[in-house]
Amino acid sequence: MKIFNHLEFIRRPIYATILVFLVVITVMILSAGSGEFPLSPLNVVSALFGYGDGFNQTILIDFRLPRIVLALFVGMSLAVSGAILQGITKNPLASPDLIGVTAGASFAVVLFLTLFSDENNSLTVSIQWLPLFAFLGATITALVVFLLSWKNGIAPFRLLLIGIAVAAFMQAGTTIWILLGPIYQASQATIWTTGSIYGANWSQVSVLIPWAILLIAISLLLRRQMNILELGDDIATGVGSRVQRNRVLLLLVSTGLTGIAVAFAGGIGFVGLLAPHIARRIVGPKFQSMVLFSAGIGALLVLIADWIGRVAFAPIEVPAGVWTAAVGAPYFIFLLITQRKKGGA
Amino acid sequence: MLHTNTTRGWGIVIGTTLILLLMSASLVYGYTNTTWIDAYLALFDPTTSNKHLIIRDVRLPRALIAAFVGACLGVSGAIMQSITRNPLSSPSILGINAGASFFVVVGVVFLSVQSLQSYMWLSFAGATFAFLLVFILSSTGREGLTPLKLTLAGSAITALFTSFTQGLLVLNETALDQVLFWLAGSVANRPLELLFHALPYIIVALLIVFFRAKELNVLSIGDDVAVGLGQRTAWIKFTFGTCAVVLAGSAVAVAGPIGFVGIIIPHLIRSLVGLDHRWILPYSALGGAALLLIADIGSRYVLMPQELPVGVMTALIGVPFFIFVARRKLGI
Repeated sequence: MKIFNHLEFIRRPIYATILVFLVVITVMILSAGSGEFPLSPLNVVSALFGYGDGFNQTILIDFRLPRIVLALFVGMSLAVSGAILQGITKNPLASPDLIGVTAGASFAVVLFLTLFSDENNSLTVSIQWLPLFAFLGATITALVVFLLSWKNGIAPFRLLLIGIAVAAFMQAGTTIWILLGPIYQASQATIWTTGSIYGANWSQVSVLIPWAILLIAISLLLRRQMNILELGDDIATGVGSRVQRNRVLLLLVSTGLTGIAVAFAGGIGFVGLLAPHIARRIVGPKFQSMVLFSAGIGALLVLIADWIGRVAFAPIEVPAGVWTAAVGAPYFIFLLITQRKKGGA
Repeated sequence: MLHTNTTRGWGIVIGTTLILLLMSASLVYGYTNTTWIDAYLALFDPTTSNKHLIIRDVRLPRALIAAFVGACLGVSGAIMQSITRNPLSSPSILGINAGASFFVVVGVVFLSVQSLQSYMWLSFAGATFAFLLVFILSSTGREGLTPLKLTLAGSAITALFTSFTQGLLVLNETALDQVLFWLAGSVANRPLELLFHALPYIIVALLIVFFRAKELNVLSIGDDVAVGLGQRTAWIKFTFGTCAVVLAGSAVAVAGPIGFVGIIIPHLIRSLVGLDHRWILPYSALGGAALLLIADIGSRYVLMPQELPVGVMTALIGVPFFIFVARRKLGI
C-alpha cells in the first residue's frame, strides 16, 4: 500500500502495534460519546477521570462503558484465538468458528432457551446463567473435537476435518431445536448466534477481563513454541521442541479464548478469521510480531461493529455480529488486491 | 481401496445400481404405507388412488431432486477443493450459498417474493453474482489469481453476504419465519419443474467436467509446474470454477443451501479411489447422490409425522461416518 511506503516506520511491528492501540482508544472514546445523549470526547475523558456532572457519569460508566470494555476484550480474545489456530493448522481458512467451538456454544444456548422457558416465553431461571451455559457448550465441544482427533497426538489437518464435522453436527442439532420450538425462540436464538453484546454489565466484564488477560499473556509466553510449530512437525521435533505438548497447550489457550468470548458476546463471527489475516498483511507473518497487532485489529472490528449496531438504526439495536464482517471484509479485500505478498498470508 | 481401473469401473456400475435402488426405496418408504408393488404400478400403470398420487406427485420429484442435487454438490465440492488447493473448500466457501441466501432474503424482505419459482431464480442469480465477485476480486492485483487469494476472497465475500443476511433476518421476524425452512435446505415439496429448469445446465456442466477432468490433475501439481507444461491455469480455473458454480448454484436454487455434502463427499471418495480426478468426479456425483437420498429417506422417520430438513439429516448421518474415516485414514 502506497501510504505505508511513505510511513515506513509502520512496518516495524512494535510501532504498528502501538499505533493500532491508539486507534482503539480513540474509537472507544468516540463510541462512548455517541448515542441517544451525545457527549463530546472531552466530556467523556473528564467523566472517566471523575469530573463532569453526575448524569454524564451515570450514562457513561453504568451503561456505555461496560459494553465498550466487553467489546474490546471480546475482539482481542477472538483475534488471538484465530491467530493461534491458523498458525497451528497452517490453514488460512481455520478459525474458531470453523472447528465447532462456536457451534457448541450456540447449541448450549438454544438448549438453555428451550429448557428453561415456560409457555409465555419467559425464562424460569435467571439470564445470568446463560454465559456459563455457553462456555460449557464451547468447552465440551472443543474437548470432544480434541478427543476424536487424538491418535498418537493431534495432527492439525485431522483436527480441522473433525472439527468441521462436529460443527456441522452441532448446527444440525441447533436447527432441530429451533424448528421444534416456537418462532419467538427462533428469533432469540438467531440474535444470539449472530453475536451481540447488548446489555453488558460490569459483573460480566469483571469475569471476562482476568481470563482474557491471563490467556493472552500465556499465548505471548508461548510465542517461540508457536513459531517453531509453524515450521512443521519434523523440524520442530528436530530442534527439540515437544511438539504435541505445545500444540495441545496452544489449542487449549485458543479454545479457552473463544469460549469466554462467545459466552458473553454470542457467536460473533469472522473476527477470528479476518483479524489475523489483516495483521499478517500489514506486519508480516511472524507470530510474535503479529499476535498483538491482530488483537488490536480484532478489538477494532468488534468495537466499530458494536458502535454501528448501536447508533446506525437507533432505537433498534442491530447485533454487532452483523457488522463485524461488513466492516472487516471490505478492508480485507482491499488489502488482498492492493498489496504484494508479504511472506505467507 | 480400489486400485485398478477395472475395479474402479465396476465400482461405477455398482454405484449406479445402488442409486437406482435408493431412488426406488425413496418412492416406497415414508409416512403413507406403500409397497414396492404400489411403486411399480404407480409408475407404469397409474390409477388415481391416493397411494399412486403420493408416489407419483410427492415422492418421485423428491427422489429425482435428491439424486441430482446430491450429485451436483459432490462434484462441485471436488472441483472447489481442487482449484483452491485447499481440502477444506466447498461450494459454500466461494460465496455461492451465502450469495444465494442473501438474494433470496432480500427478495423476501424488500420485494415480498413468495413463490419457490422466484426463490429459484433469485438464488441462482445470487450464486452467480457472488462467484463473479470472488473471481474478479481474486484476479485483481499484482500476483494474479492464486489459490490462496481465491480462498481468502471467497471467505471474505461469504462473511459479507452472511452478515447482511443475518442483519436482515434479525430486523425482520416475519421474513425469518418464512425463509427459515428454505435456509435449512430441503428436497421435499419442491415441484419437479424446478429441477427441469435447472437440468439442462446441470447436464452440460457435468459433461464438460467429466470429459476434461484430466486438466484438474495437471492443476494439482501446482501452478508453476502446470504453466511450465504449457497449461493455461487461469483458463482451466475459470472453466472449472464456472461449471462448479453452475452445479452448486443449481443445487441451491432447487433445494436451498445444503451444507456439508460438498465438503465431506470428496474426502470420502479420495480415500476410496485415489487422486485421479477422472475417477474422483464421477464417484463424487454418485456419493453425493447416495448421501442425499439416504438422508432424505431418514428425514421422514426421525420425527414422524413431522419431517426434518434434509440438510440437518445429512449432517446427522454423514458426521459419524466421516469422523470414522478421518480417524482411520489420514492420507487425504
